[in-house]
Amino acid sequence: MPGHSSTPVPSQRAYDGTMPLKITGAVSPELLDLPWSIPLETWPEDTLAALPRGISRHVVRFVRFSGRVLAVKETVGPMAQREFTMLKELGKMGAPCVVPFAVVDGRVDAVGEPLPAALVTEHLQFSLPYRALFSQALRDDTMDRLIDALAVLLVRLHLLGFYWGDVSLSNALFRRDAEAFSAYLVDAETGDIHAHLTEGQRRYDIDLARTNIIGEMFDLQAAEELDDSVDPLLLGDRIEERYKELWAMLTGKETFTDNVRYHLAERVKALNELGFDVAELDMTQTEDGRELSIRPKVVDAGHHSRRLLRLTGLDVQENQARRLLNDLDEFRVVTAREDDEVLAAHEWLDRNFEPTVRAVPRDFRRKLEPAQVYHEVLDHRWFLAKKKPNVTMPEAAASYVKNVLPARPDEEAVLGQEIGALPDAESEAPTETRAIRAWQSFPRTTKPAPKD
Amino acid sequence: MATVTYDKASRIYPGTERPAVDSLELDIADGEFLVLVGPSGCGKSTSLRMLAGLEDIDAGSIWVGDRDVTHVQPKDRDIAMVFQSYALYPHMSVADNMGFALKIAKVDKSDIRERVEAAAKILDLTEYLDRKPKALSGGQRQRVAMGRAIVRQPQVFLMDEPLSNLDAKLRVQTRTQIAALQRRLGTTTVYVTHDQVEALTMGDRIAVLKDGLLQQVGTPRDMYDAPANVFVAGFIGSPAMNIGTYAVNGDFAQIGTSQVALNREAIAGLKAEDNNRVVVGYRPESLDRVSPNTDGAIAIQVDVVEELGSDAYVYGSIPSDAPGAADIHFDAGDSEVIVRIDPRDVPKKGDTVWVKIREGEQHVFSSASGDRLSAAVHTDKAL
Repeated sequence: MPGHSSTPVPSQRAYDGTMPLKITGAVSPELLDLPWSIPLETWPEDTLAALPRGISRHVVRFVRFSGRVLAVKETVGPMAQREFTMLKELGKMGAPCVVPFAVVDGRVDAVGEPLPAALVTEHLQFSLPYRALFSQALRDDTMDRLIDALAVLLVRLHLLGFYWGDVSLSNALFRRDAEAFSAYLVDAETGDIHAHLTEGQRRYDIDLARTNIIGEMFDLQAAEELDDSVDPLLLGDRIEERYKELWAMLTGKETFTDNVRYHLAERVKALNELGFDVAELDMTQTEDGRELSIRPKVVDAGHHSRRLLRLTGLDVQENQARRLLNDLDEFRVVTAREDDEVLAAHEWLDRNFEPTVRAVPRDFRRKLEPAQVYHEVLDHRWFLAKKKPNVTMPEAAASYVKNVLPARPDEEAVLGQEIGALPDAESEAPTETRAIRAWQSFPRTTKPAPKD
Repeated sequence: MATVTYDKASRIYPGTERPAVDSLELDIADGEFLVLVGPSGCGKSTSLRMLAGLEDIDAGSIWVGDRDVTHVQPKDRDIAMVFQSYALYPHMSVADNMGFALKIAKVDKSDIRERVEAAAKILDLTEYLDRKPKALSGGQRQRVAMGRAIVRQPQVFLMDEPLSNLDAKLRVQTRTQIAALQRRLGTTTVYVTHDQVEALTMGDRIAVLKDGLLQQVGTPRDMYDAPANVFVAGFIGSPAMNIGTYAVNGDFAQIGTSQVALNREAIAGLKAEDNNRVVVGYRPESLDRVSPNTDGAIAIQVDVVEELGSDAYVYGSIPSDAPGAADIHFDAGDSEVIVRIDPRDVPKKGDTVWVKIREGEQHVFSSASGDRLSAAVHTDKAL
């Protein structure tokens, strides 16, 4: 009989205090209220925020919890604990990854049968699974930008000594980052942290990334979400190229015979422009003293976001920070505040940034992060200025809120399901922002990589 | 298909003195299923990753067939890591899910179909080839992942704790399937596990490692009947072998109150550095219950009885007031003795039972080196 199940439906009860449930991590007694005594697959709909798309190795569900969203993944206890510890460790090292929340073990069902352990992570606000981006009005280079973001993520993880073991677009989440994307590690199950990675580990990860990306593109084509004219093999090759370029820029050795100070300053500046600070540098002189080799030893991502945070207290992503800093620099010139950076930053925050993001009505605040809104308003002002010069920020913000933002989807919590079908975005062509040099980000500003 | 040879291969992590894998010498035959087993940190995964190209080989070399792969990049070694990742693509057919890596390698379309069909036949997936993965059960999806590796027709399969993310029931099921599949394919396979039961049930041969050093390599039966040293003796077998260090009086070992006759070749093998002490091991099934006055009878005080239906085990101890008991040193750090007993005649907690090591079933080791001194023991226990 359709809809009839011969197996009794387990009672959907919350933790009743009699089971030997063991929660590691979160200091949050409300976690006990979730229905741990039933398999995740059958959790009641009113607990769930959404169902994930695609086929996963494990049962995964998104759960509403005290005003936020948590991702719950069922797996065996030791694996859940291992991944929890690894994500924690990665977070401490400053890796872009999801934040682990808890491990729940010792689950049993109503009749005392054991249930799998669960790894609970916090949902990353305003992050997008790559598939969600394919149901939106797409810029033709979206896929390139996603792959570039994944390449940056892979390089950053490798610099920290993390071997991923399963690099793919599906195992990352993406956040809008000015006109680029930033990628975050979601699934660390197959990974390992080492003091240093071997060449073989890095190459294996790159090769896996290439294979997986091509597989994901074939799948998008099979779903008719990606045009057949796109060559998945070329996209697969792109990650390898981007990775190698960035890796060489960040770790390559350069040798100079003269004007070393100048070359050194140039190298540091190039790395800063890519968004990295040089924390340690190896300098080696040849025995005859005629040559000097330099090689960055420790590089930290977040050059611009750290500077913006120091000046304004705004914690945003790297390309957003680059964009905001640019606007701040322009503000200093216009207001003749070039001598006092901190004071100017304070004024800029007060007069430009805050009024602009406050211009977004409450109903629209789930659409984009404030820094991304500011970036888009700047874009919009540039677009308006083509028709009418001297557009002020309040004017641009008002026009953006009226003409652009209503058509944008809510992206605060896109949980694996498609974003609803959207009307075509306004005819504004964001690709034109490429024309403005200051808005460019890696890899477009990369100079030819130094040879090792 | 090919042989695999570790020729004094070492891995020394930068900044460490002791090699993670120390001069490993291992010949794996063409088509063999070899299991690397040992406790956490023994070097088993590192050894596998050296073969995969993920760890550097700092000394020695590794060969696949007649090719030295020591400095070859992972993707050029003609080796497949299985189960590393098996996310399936929901919109692609099962056949495409299995064959897409060949498409990337620009293998001819008809050749891809042929290889996919052959793999599907082995994996019992033929009727699902044109369906989407959604239509498959969990086990079938896992077989599709296996199929991905099979269609590449690599020389060697590598599996690093592939069952670690499965629950206990599925683990037992899957290990049987993997072992059967490997036998059907005949592809040389190196498999890493920390679980000696998995090793005993799956491998043609097992290599036991500890602290980066190969302890012994042999068939499951070899490992069980003739462990080469005290470590292997304690590691292989479930429940574990009883192992203790005892004083030697002439031809006897003093075990509790009992004088247990040692076999001759063992006594002959004792050296001055053994200091008149010997390590004796006896498996739980090598003990017979006897009357207290039997020669060589050992008194065991019963702590716990575990009844498993077909078998029962006594977990007990040799009373500490027994002469010589103070000398007893067990590998596990306590004086627990496990005895398999007749489940129809079970003692109670606190009772004393007398047991005797069955003739020819002693494992005797040097107390100085830990090396085996006695000949192989032959028991009828199924592994």
